[in-house]
This record gives sequence, C-alpha cells and structure tokens, in this order.
Amino acid sequence: MQAETALGRAGLWFGIMLVAIVGVATARDTGFAAHATIIAIVAFVLMCMAVTRFDPLGSARGFFRMPEGPSRYDDDPIRWGVLATMFWAIVGMLAGVFIASQLAFPELNFGPYLNFGRVRPLHTSGVIFAFGGNILIASSFYVVQRTCRAQLAFPALARFVFWGYQLFIVLAASGYLFGVTQSREYAEPEWYVDLWLTIVWVAYLIVFVGTLARRTEPHIYVANWFYLSFIITIAMLHIVNNLAVPVAWNGSLSYSAFAGVQDALTQWWYGHNAVAFFLTVPFLAMMYYFVPKQAERPVYSYRLSIIHFWSLIFLYIWAGPHHLHYTALPDWAQTLGMVFSVILWMPSWGGMINGLMTLNGAWDKVRTDPIIRMMVMALAFYGMATFEGPMLSIKAVNSLSHYTDWTVGHVHSGALGWNGLISFAAVYFLVPRLWRRERMYSLRMINWHFWLATLGIVFYAASMWVAGITQGLMWREYGPDGYLVNSFAETVAALHPLYIIRTVGGAMYLAGALIMGFNIWMTISGRLREEAPMGAMPAYDPDKDRPVPRPAALEPAE
Amino acid sequence: MAELFHRKLERNAMGFVLAIIAAASVGGIVEIAPLFTIDETVEHDPNMRLYTPLELAGRNIYVREGCYACHSQMIRTLQDEVDRYGPYSLAVESKYDHPMLWGSKRTGPDLARVGGKYSDFWHVVHLTNPRDVVPQSNMPAYPWLAERSLRVDDLPEHLAAQRKVGVPYTEEMIENASVDALAQADPEAFTEAGELEKRYGEKTTVRDFDTIATQVTEMDALVAYLQVLGRLTDAPLQNPDAPRGGGLPEE
Repeated sequence: MQAETALGRAGLWFGIMLVAIVGVATARDTGFAAHATIIAIVAFVLMCMAVTRFDPLGSARGFFRMPEGPSRYDDDPIRWGVLATMFWAIVGMLAGVFIASQLAFPELNFGPYLNFGRVRPLHTSGVIFAFGGNILIASSFYVVQRTCRAQLAFPALARFVFWGYQLFIVLAASGYLFGVTQSREYAEPEWYVDLWLTIVWVAYLIVFVGTLARRTEPHIYVANWFYLSFIITIAMLHIVNNLAVPVAWNGSLSYSAFAGVQDALTQWWYGHNAVAFFLTVPFLAMMYYFVPKQAERPVYSYRLSIIHFWSLIFLYIWAGPHHLHYTALPDWAQTLGMVFSVILWMPSWGGMINGLMTLNGAWDKVRTDPIIRMMVMALAFYGMATFEGPMLSIKAVNSLSHYTDWTVGHVHSGALGWNGLISFAAVYFLVPRLWRRERMYSLRMINWHFWLATLGIVFYAASMWVAGITQGLMWREYGPDGYLVNSFAETVAALHPLYIIRTVGGAMYLAGALIMGFNIWMTISGRLREEAPMGAMPAYDPDKDRPVPRPAALEPAE
Repeated sequence: MAELFHRKLERNAMGFVLAIIAAASVGGIVEIAPLFTIDETVEHDPNMRLYTPLELAGRNIYVREGCYACHSQMIRTLQDEVDRYGPYSLAVESKYDHPMLWGSKRTGPDLARVGGKYSDFWHVVHLTNPRDVVPQSNMPAYPWLAERSLRVDDLPEHLAAQRKVGVPYTEEMIENASVDALAQADPEAFTEAGELEKRYGEKTTVRDFDTIATQVTEMDALVAYLQVLGRLTDAPLQNPDAPRGGGLPEE
C-alpha cells in the first residue's frame, strides 16, 4: 500500500517535470525558460525523494542541529522559517547596499543582469517579501500555536506553505534579473508566479484559520487578529492588483487588465496597503506577542487594542491616493486619500502607545536586556514613521517631497527601524526557544547589532532627508529672471555625497545583520559565550557619593 | 456594551474573518469603482493614436529594464514642472497604457514629454553610455540594446493580448504587426511604410532610429517608444486650463 502511494506521488512529480521540460523547450523568452528549468529540477528532486531513500531535508536538519523528539507544538516549519529569514535578510540587504553604491558610482552597473533597474526589485522584494514574509509566516505559526494552545492544523499543508513560499521567492528574484517583471511597484512578479503565490497564500489561510478553529482557549488573542487581517487582506490586494492577460502560456509577459488612471489607483491601493497589511499590521501582531513575553508584563490596554485594530484596518485601505497627488487622478480621490492618511496617525500611535506602555514597570530592562532595547527602538521608529507618513501625505508637503529621496528615507526609517528591529528582536527571542538553548550565544553581540543598526538608520535617514529636500528645492528654484535655475543634471550632481553617506549607513545595517547571523549560528551549534553580564552596576561606594570637590585653580582670587 | 460585543466576536473565528473582510474592503470600493463609472475621469480625444507594434515592443523593453524605478511619466499640475517638462499630463494620455508607468521617483528626469526633445542619435549615444552626453548622470548604460536584434514574430500575439484588455487594435493591425514593426524602423527595405501610416495615422514616425541599417534592433524599438512619449494626442497642448510655461510665473 505504502509503495503504491510512493509510486503515485513519484508519477505526479514526473508529470510535472515533463510539463516543465516542454515549457523549457517551447519557451518564448529566457526568463520563462529559466523558470521552467527551476521547476523541472524541483520536480526531479521531489520525485527522487518519493522513490529512493534520498532525504536532503533530514541531513539538513542534522546540519542545523534541529532538536529531535516530541514537543508540545509543531515547531519544525518555524525553525526553517527562522533560518530562511536570516538568509534572505542578508541577501536582500546586500542587494540594497549594492544598488545604493550604483547610484553613487554608476560604473558598478554590470548589464544586462545586474543593472540598477533589474536589481532594485530584487532588493525591495528581497527585504519585504523574503525577509519580512518569512519572519511573518514563521512567527505567526509560533504565536498561533501558543496563544491557542493547539498544534498547527494540517501539518503537511504548513510545510507546503513554507517551501512553496521559498519557491515563489526564488522564481520572483531570478525573474527580475532576467527582466521578467510587470513593472508594478512591489508587485513585479509575472502572472504565473502570481498564480503560484495565490495557491500558497490560500493554503496559509487554511492552516491559520484551521489552527484557530482547534484552539482550546475560548478567546482569540489580539496578535492573531492582526495576523488574520494580514493574511486575508493581502490575498484580496494581490488578486485584484495582478489581474492580467498573458501574451502566451509559454511566455513570461502579460498585460495588466487596467490602464492609465484606473491602473494607477489600483497599483497604489495595492502599494500603500502592502505597507499597511504586510509591513504594519502583522508586525504589530509580533509586537503584541513578543513585547509582553520579553518584558514579562501584560499588554497595557485591551480596549486600546480593539479600537486601534479596527480603526487601523478600516482607515489604511483609503490612503493609497496620497501617492498620486497633483497627478491626473481626479481631485476628489486625492483629497480623500490625504484626509484618511492624516487620520491614520491616531490608530498608528495607538499601537505604539500600547506597545511602549506595556513596558511600564519594566523600563529598567532597557538597560540590561538588548532585546527589549531593540523592541523599544522599533516602536520609537514606528511612531516616527507613522508621524512622517501623514505629514508627507499633506498635498503642500507632498508637492516638495514627492519623486525625491525623502520618500526613500521615509520608507527606510520605517522598514529598517520598525520592521527590521522588531523582526531581529523576535528572532533573538525565538532561536534559543526553538533550539532548546539556555540563551543566545552572546548578548553583547546583540548589543553591537543594536548600535550598528541604529547608527546605520541615522546615517541613512538623515542623508535621504537632506537629499530629498535639496532635490525638491532645486527643482522648483526660480531666478530673478523668472526662469528655472537648475538643470536636472545639476540636481543629480548635488546628491552624490549624500548617496555615499546613505551607502555607508546601509552597510552598517548589513554589518549588524551579519553579526546576528554569526550569533545565531553559534547558538544553534550549542555554544555559550562567556562574557560580562550586560548593564551590571558597579558596587556602591559611599566615598564616591559626595559632591565633586572644587578644583583649587577655580577659587576666586582674593 | 461594545466591549461585550467584541468579547463575543473574539470567540468566533469565522465571524472575525467576515468582519475583517467588511472593514478592509470599504475604502477600495469607494475610491476605485467610481473611476470606472464617472465619465469625466478620462478626457475624450477621438484623435488619440495607438502605439505602433515597434513602439509597443520598445515599451516592453522599458518595462523589462525597470526604467520606472527612476523615471516618472507624469507631469504634475505645478508651475515648475510645467516649465521644466511641458504641459501637465492628462489621464487620456495613458488611456492605453497597460500597465501605466507614471512612476514614483525621479532619480532621472520625467519622460512624459521626452518625445521629440532630443534627436534619435542623442538617444542612441545616451543609452550606450549616458556619461558621454551628460557627465553628471548616474544612469546605467545599455550598450547591448544596439546589438540584439528585435524579436518581431510574436508581435501579432502581443497586439491580440492588448486588444483583450481593451486597446482597440483592428484585425488588420494584428495581422500586419510584424511587418509594420520592421517597416517603421527600416523604411528602405520595406515598401509597406505607406500602409503603416494608413493604419496608425500620418504622424507616425518612420525612420531608422538607431542608425544601424543592417538590422532592426532593440535600440530601434526603445528609441521609437521614447520618441513617441507625449505625442499620442494633442489634448494637453489644447487644454484651456493649463498654465502657461516659461518666463515669469504668474504672481
């Protein structure tokens, strides 16, 4: 019986492999051929795994020292998720530092595959969907099991979600380098990759809701509200924004269903809510679980969490048109977008306040616990970015800031400060627990990571603020003769030093992530670094507890 | 009271799912749906012409290379933008743009009206190495575009797909897409040029864009696309509400 199912499974993979090979043979473009090759290889490996004793995952599990034996919760996909998070974080940030250097030194463009236009979506998708997406899926599986006191529903489907999502990332990322793109910002993957993601995402929703349905706790914990709205709304945004007609089944190119102004608002309805429902809502879910756990304090206010959750998800969806101020989008839509963006300031700060106030009575830990310090800094950046956002959405401000690097700076103070730091904190929380270690290998390295990241963000954001405002002011500068003063090329030249500072900031942030990778590797290898404890106070010395004596030289001369 | 209601909602996973769907869909419906139904959203211009097959192929190269990451195609209704780039963009101009390429960042200048601003030769030199003509530029170089011959055999399918999403290409245009593309870039070798103008209008530019006479390259297509940007319709130039460009700003 077992042999029959194995054979059936192998037949299925063999069939998929054949289809993929036909795809390679008839492909209309290199990108599609490369993707079909990837799928054929994956199907071949899976076929071998079905009929032979070939088990790459088993040996990989040994290599990464994954604990064996029964546990109360299904943590295997979460361990893989944490490793994938770390891997894609480094890949995505490396791509970021690379394209930042290209803007400062255009000789670093190695065309066609490594030109700025092709690597830029690799960076944005790499950090948002690969790094961010993996920590979100992993942490949601961790949190939903603990807060529901139930194992993951459909364990096989949960594994499919993880590996299917990695395949999505590989197809998307390799596609960009081959020029397979829809040129829709933050939704660049082409039609077949979009279809694949839809399948994976529906499976994710089934696993998550299925686990909620198995809960032995009567109430659904607040973190799960946020995860749930993330999964549902991203599905809605993804499907509508990617409606398109492919040119042929064996080619990568498709034409979007919408055109012009309707397409513009659809794209920014999606684009802004990728910020909302991918980069804000589920990261707040992480905050609602990991901050109280690490601080060992209950969430500050249950009522505030209800109010800010529902107002956040209702209001955010309206904010898209603020990306289209003074364009050919009708005025009424621009105004609606602006008004709702300004209102959004309040529920955003509701989340920040609920997170920070959770630390009431535990503020001393900011000094001794670098993980708490990271969480506090993440919330502070969340607060700053969600103040800056509504401000930039005001039309008068936007007329200066739009199309400039100010937007880039704003996005990065949110992404590096809020998303990055809260994710790092969550990973530092998760690794010792998932690998059953006493603590991370080194707390002092976490502290180094914290400072490298924070200083990196300061360099990054400050240089981009200056760059953006410089650019905006130079574009609109009129001379006494009534003509524009600066040619466009002059404004490009003016930004050169700021682009270098930005690259340095990004490199510091990447260096922090590399230290983290080392720290995690040593932790899962079972090592503990011997080091002086953090924030230890020197012993009390009563002799030193007195006013500083006045130096003789400063005595007034009589 | 409200808190009690929420306590109940929290006990029901499916109820929570439905509540989220309801709360998160209102904004999109209210903002996007009217754009399809309100007639004034897109101006009318019966003389608006379509992209020729060569220009469409060029547009696909623009998409493939990710040019939208650094160049906008949307001049805002601000005096300095009108002075720098020309009359502000109207919705009708991107009516047939699937997808639209308005962009969100100007690492390089706006391209909505770049058509006709520079010569073909300038574009070829600039794309081959931007710093040869603009020393301060930080744009990547695209020298291989002039070496790759343009694929034209699948253009009929491209036009057919465009028609499926609403661009009014005729049967005749679809059938002749490949030969039209060659004819536009290489008028010497093909006598159908007259047919091309009959199909796409008299203003269609027919010439050897990349000055390489031996083959029709990707450079031909991209330059043909850049040269048509802002020239599909005269509507923005005739727009009575448009501020005047150049000289002293009003007040």
